[in-house]
Amino acid sequence: MRMPDVNGHFGEFGGRYVPETLMALLLDLEKDFSLCWKDPSFRKEFRFYLEEYAGRPTRLYYAERLSRQLKTLKVYLKREDLLHTGAHKVNNTLGQILVARRMGKKRIIAETGAGQHGVATATVCALFGLKCVVYMGSEDVKRQALNVVRMKLMGADVVPVESGSKTLKDAMNEAIRDWVTNVRDTYYLIGTVAGPHPYPYMVREFQSVIGIEARKQFLQKEKKLPDYLVACVGGGSNAMGLFYPFHQDKKVHIIGVEAAGHGLHSGAHSAAITAGSPGVLHGCKSALLQDENGQVSIAHSVAAGLDYPGVGPEHAYFNDTGIAEYVGVTDVEAIEALKVLSRTEGIIPALESAHAIAYLPKLARKVKGKKTVILCLSGRGDKDMGTISEVLGA
Amino acid sequence: MNRIDRKFSELRAKNKKAFIAFMTAGDPSLAATEALVPALERAGADIIELGVPFSDPMADGRTIQDASFRSLARGTTPVKILELVRHVRKVTDVPIALMTYYNPVFRFGEARFMAEAKAAGVDGLIIPDLPVVEAGCLRRAAAEHDMSVVFFLAPTTTQGRMAGILKAASGFVYFVSVAGVTGARVSVPNDLARQVKMARSMTRVPVCVGFGISTPSQVRDISLFADGVIVGSAIVKEIEKNAGAKDMTVRVAAFVKKLSSVL
Repeated sequence: MRMPDVNGHFGEFGGRYVPETLMALLLDLEKDFSLCWKDPSFRKEFRFYLEEYAGRPTRLYYAERLSRQLKTLKVYLKREDLLHTGAHKVNNTLGQILVARRMGKKRIIAETGAGQHGVATATVCALFGLKCVVYMGSEDVKRQALNVVRMKLMGADVVPVESGSKTLKDAMNEAIRDWVTNVRDTYYLIGTVAGPHPYPYMVREFQSVIGIEARKQFLQKEKKLPDYLVACVGGGSNAMGLFYPFHQDKKVHIIGVEAAGHGLHSGAHSAAITAGSPGVLHGCKSALLQDENGQVSIAHSVAAGLDYPGVGPEHAYFNDTGIAEYVGVTDVEAIEALKVLSRTEGIIPALESAHAIAYLPKLARKVKGKKTVILCLSGRGDKDMGTISEVLGA
Repeated sequence: MNRIDRKFSELRAKNKKAFIAFMTAGDPSLAATEALVPALERAGADIIELGVPFSDPMADGRTIQDASFRSLARGTTPVKILELVRHVRKVTDVPIALMTYYNPVFRFGEARFMAEAKAAGVDGLIIPDLPVVEAGCLRRAAAEHDMSVVFFLAPTTTQGRMAGILKAASGFVYFVSVAGVTGARVSVPNDLARQVKMARSMTRVPVCVGFGISTPSQVRDISLFADGVIVGSAIVKEIEKNAGAKDMTVRVAAFVKKLSSVL
């Protein structure tokens, strides 16, 4: 069966849990997106910007020294870190900005946690001369000051959000409030495979370019499909982008790595699938970190981009149906992995992507014989140097 | 027929419009809310909406957000609110609807929530982030316990959607006066009367208007074309303003009286 269904459900997850004011707009967006996606001229335009502006296709790089260290794994890195703006986020913002333009929207809003999606949104708004407003928790504004400068340089208004926990989830609440208020002229550019239908579906389609390329590149190099796919999962857009084009390949083991923060039993993590329960937040039913009364918990991860109490509904569905497996990696393990990749390959990964790297030694110990892996290196680590120098005391 | 339905048929017989008062349960305390319910009834509230606070109130403006966070910080839970309703039922028969977001109800278990709310004396549920298409389970549970499920119409609702929503509605329909979040506003939008009249022509369920209503003249204007008027943020603000006062209940009731007496 094709997922999602007509109401945006992936099994029991997904849907459109939003105020009535937004429903008509979501139905329009769904219709407009599917028209765009079927239109060869839209596809051509999208491909043009992905290639000429963002720098696709990205390389599938065989990490030889890392593989040697892991012994049982032959690891290929899908180099999304080499894209313009330094992460996979721009695949999605380019796609959505083209849809927004076709819908005639003049004002773009977005939420951001670490600032990566905010930067990727500000980037495409500058590219097309559209007004851009980015909501960012006031705590994050302080922690990610450099990204605030980047967004402002490109002409975006960055609005600090003072309510609730003053982080990503509250930024998203505030973006939704803006959207509900300015629904007629404003386009909400969501940064991950979450939110109400059609966002999880649309963002998956835009990010699937990762997996489509990786599959072709891997087949060329190895003349077969990989044994494993590994990617980090916060909201889950880079992971879904890699996973989806392989999800019907029964022999490919798909592993999503969540942020276990200080540990899955510490109460300070972002592992919605491995340690959460079904719930509804920001327009969709999915796995959620919450208390026994259904109040949403505050997430924690050293990687700001994974620091979200929910996850895309299709990941919850992949977990339920066994299409993919989800595991947790702690802050400490991720920082260690960042050092390992830096020293073995001369590639400094984003702290988010380092979570995926950190799972490799665990996987290496489990497998028998030599296995192949595609790992999505979703972003580069430049943005994390402040955090790293704090943690390492360097 | 539950208390909400009975109230509307009484009002209709008298050719009167409903005044519906909202407050966040547990702000400034559960005891204060318990005292306010009968006081607001005496001040002219025909129906009371009690807000069950949620950590991520995305449809609410700053006033109700803050009230929700204050209430949560004091340890308010759905169970404690049901207990409050049980107490309040000893002194009043005013119709009570709980207004919350979907997750607390989903987490509680929809069927269990309905059963326990009914037993406590609740008459209906209002969930702004639950569209009809996702409400099948809740509606079945509601029907079993003769509870109302209040759905929303908005200025952006298309005519096609309107028919489906009105068909599913029970108790009353909540017409959102403006595209936006809850919170007091200065004026009433021009096109509202036409849209509300259209909705009323399509259903027997009462159509009430809320969001942004804070003054007696707004209440009067809207009552000319709606079956009821809902005031939320303005009352919550009045509660916030008087939270420290010994006669808070009296003051808030006086405020509500000014609004309800124009009907």
